[in-house]
Amino acid sequence: MIETIFSRPESLREVSTHYCPGCTHGITHRLIAEVLDELGLRERTVGVAPVGCAVLAYNYFNCDFAEAAHGRAPAMATGIKRCRPNLIVFTYQGDGDLASIGTAEIFHAANRGEKFTVIFVNNAIYGMTGGQMAPTTMPNQKATTCPFGRDVETAGYPVRVCEVLSKITTPSYIARVTAAVPKEIPRAKDALRKAFQYQAENRCFSLVEFVSTCPTNWGMNPLKACEWAVSDMMPYYPLGEFKTPDDPLPAGLNLIEGDE
Amino acid sequence: MARVLMKGNEAIGEAAIRAGCRFFFGYPITPQSEVPEYLAKRFPEVDGHFIQAESEVAASNMIYGAACSGTRVLTTSSSPGISLMSEAISYCAGTEVPVVFVNIVRAGPGLGGILPSQGDYWQATRGMGHGDFRILVLAPNCVQEAADLIMLAFDLADKYTNPVMILGDGIIGQMMEPVEFGEMVDPETLPEKPWALTGAKGREPNILTSLFLDPNVLEALNQRLLAKYRQMEAVEKRWETYNISDNMDLAVYAWGTMSRIGKTAIDELKERGIEIGLFRPITLYPYPYEAAGEVASKAKKLISIELSTGQMIDDVRLAAPGREVNFFGRQGGIVPTPEDVRDEFLKLIES
Amino acid sequence: MPMIKVHKETCKGCELCIHACPQEILVMSKVLNKKGYFYAMVEDPGRCIGCAMCALTCPDVAIEVGVQGTRYVLYEY
Ligand SMILES: Cc1ncc(C[n+]2csc(CCOP(=O)(O)OP(=O)(O)O)c2C)c(N)n1
Ligand code: SF4
Repeated sequence: MIETIFSRPESLREVSTHYCPGCTHGITHRLIAEVLDELGLRERTVGVAPVGCAVLAYNYFNCDFAEAAHGRAPAMATGIKRCRPNLIVFTYQGDGDLASIGTAEIFHAANRGEKFTVIFVNNAIYGMTGGQMAPTTMPNQKATTCPFGRDVETAGYPVRVCEVLSKITTPSYIARVTAAVPKEIPRAKDALRKAFQYQAENRCFSLVEFVSTCPTNWGMNPLKACEWAVSDMMPYYPLGEFKTPDDPLPAGLNLIEGDE
Repeated sequence: MARVLMKGNEAIGEAAIRAGCRFFFGYPITPQSEVPEYLAKRFPEVDGHFIQAESEVAASNMIYGAACSGTRVLTTSSSPGISLMSEAISYCAGTEVPVVFVNIVRAGPGLGGILPSQGDYWQATRGMGHGDFRILVLAPNCVQEAADLIMLAFDLADKYTNPVMILGDGIIGQMMEPVEFGEMVDPETLPEKPWALTGAKGREPNILTSLFLDPNVLEALNQRLLAKYRQMEAVEKRWETYNISDNMDLAVYAWGTMSRIGKTAIDELKERGIEIGLFRPITLYPYPYEAAGEVASKAKKLISIELSTGQMIDDVRLAAPGREVNFFGRQGGIVPTPEDVRDEFLKLIES
Repeated sequence: MPMIKVHKETCKGCELCIHACPQEILVMSKVLNKKGYFYAMVEDPGRCIGCAMCALTCPDVAIEVGVQGTRYVLYEY
């Protein structure tokens, strides 16, 4: 008897995505769906789609979904999760969405320790609008709004979201993974599993960053894009866990006792 | 429940609780901070949740999310904060989810001042955000009405799955008056919202979006919204008239706080035998044009009095086409006295 | 024996699977599918070890993997 060991997860609809060929958005979607299946969460999950290439994510996942304004997914997720704490809520955001226009929303959601999960797709560019510079664009990387390459004198250095958010005192789970390297895909899934598990246990805010590719706007074929993510992005965006809820609180915290 | 003496802003908070609202997301701004302060204290008694957001942008998108989850929710702010909320208000209108916003208007533009104003009339009734949409706008003129309209606002928001705004000013927010609240609504007993995001257990997933890339689908949404607005215009107009008679020397148009000042002036002039009537729209959108026009037909002269440079006057002109509409207003947070208004009426009648 | 199945109409021809396969048994078609892409095909099914690396890297869930008996697990997934 043939045993199927790999097929479409139930949390992913039977439709073709609009993503460009070889774009890692598709792998990331599938990993989330697999984790929702494995943890048995699909029927109580609400996703929040961003503005960016993943704007139509709600057509691909087989669960309730809302479409947020650009950058505001963490605020919207806060509203949903606070009102219905039994739901599993996740946002799915690009780097322009999360690290530029939505910086305040993601920072404060993490700081409040909102119990939802953020999937952050860092492809170092604005994909949907046609390849403009993102806050995560690499130094000297060309984009349509920095045709001579990102000039760190005027644009600053790329924003490292995991590094920044993991400095927040409030406990959280922060990890950076990639789907651009086959052998890293299982590890990416492990991180997602942990992130959703922490949420299901009502423990902490969780964010998993995916070092991703945008073959179309990088002007590379999909394989070359994956190689570029490894050679040019990963040294600056190292993979790994940056923070877990088991980390000790920093010293010097003088917690004020509440009235009994 | 007995009447209690309360500040307008606190009455707004209490009325929201009575309406079954258990969630508030907001950001401090004068002159509405008493609403979040009241709720932060009162909510724990009713198992409610107060969340201070990092900005009005976030607060409004939080209530957008909360509304998507099918929960009764409100936020309150004042002019500069409401400008930041216009994004979410537009999204709520496009997604068709029920939310209640309160704008305790302060004088502008820009950071302006913290004193009362009616300068956000156009924003609320004409341009509350990008795109082709309308929101219901309710304007109380006393603490009791503020409480009543809050309760109504939640019902209307649910009925039309549309944002509803309460437009008040610093005077309504700060003044203390006796108020009697309606029956406490148990949030558990509110009608189900089958479209809400509650987890797709045993049903197809619900999707709430305001994105419609197909122009035909988007036009269909625009047309559906229009039909909804026409329905609001047909059945939701509310107004008050005061001292209307068939041969008035003057008809006064005023909303909110200004209507009270107008009434005081009218009472004083009545004693001198001068007949002045007052028309006060309670719904600023939909504006009660027909009723306002009927009042105009009974008066020799018309005047709109406002705490702005003249915004509602546009609607008075629409209500009374061909008629000259005069204007009196103060700005910058200055509230005219009944005597100022009386003198203005006299000047106009005698001219 | 492991068996992989490529849904040719789902494939967008990105070729990531071709490079992920440690056995190098996948190739691109010479004809287009309905979407207008050359699609991945298994050239030498007998050498498949059932590691599912191709399916893991497929952004479009176009590959299904089945096994009967032994398979190689390269990475616990
Ligand atoms: C308020 C607002 N500003 C700008 C836009 C235009 N816009 C749409 S997507 C996008 C960038 C998205 O880039 P990113 O978040 O990196 O996602 P990607 O497309 O790369 O996946 C921008 C600027 C918008 N929709 N709304
Ligand atoms: S534009 Fe880039 S990020 Fe967007 S779907 Fe295409 S490859 Fe992916």
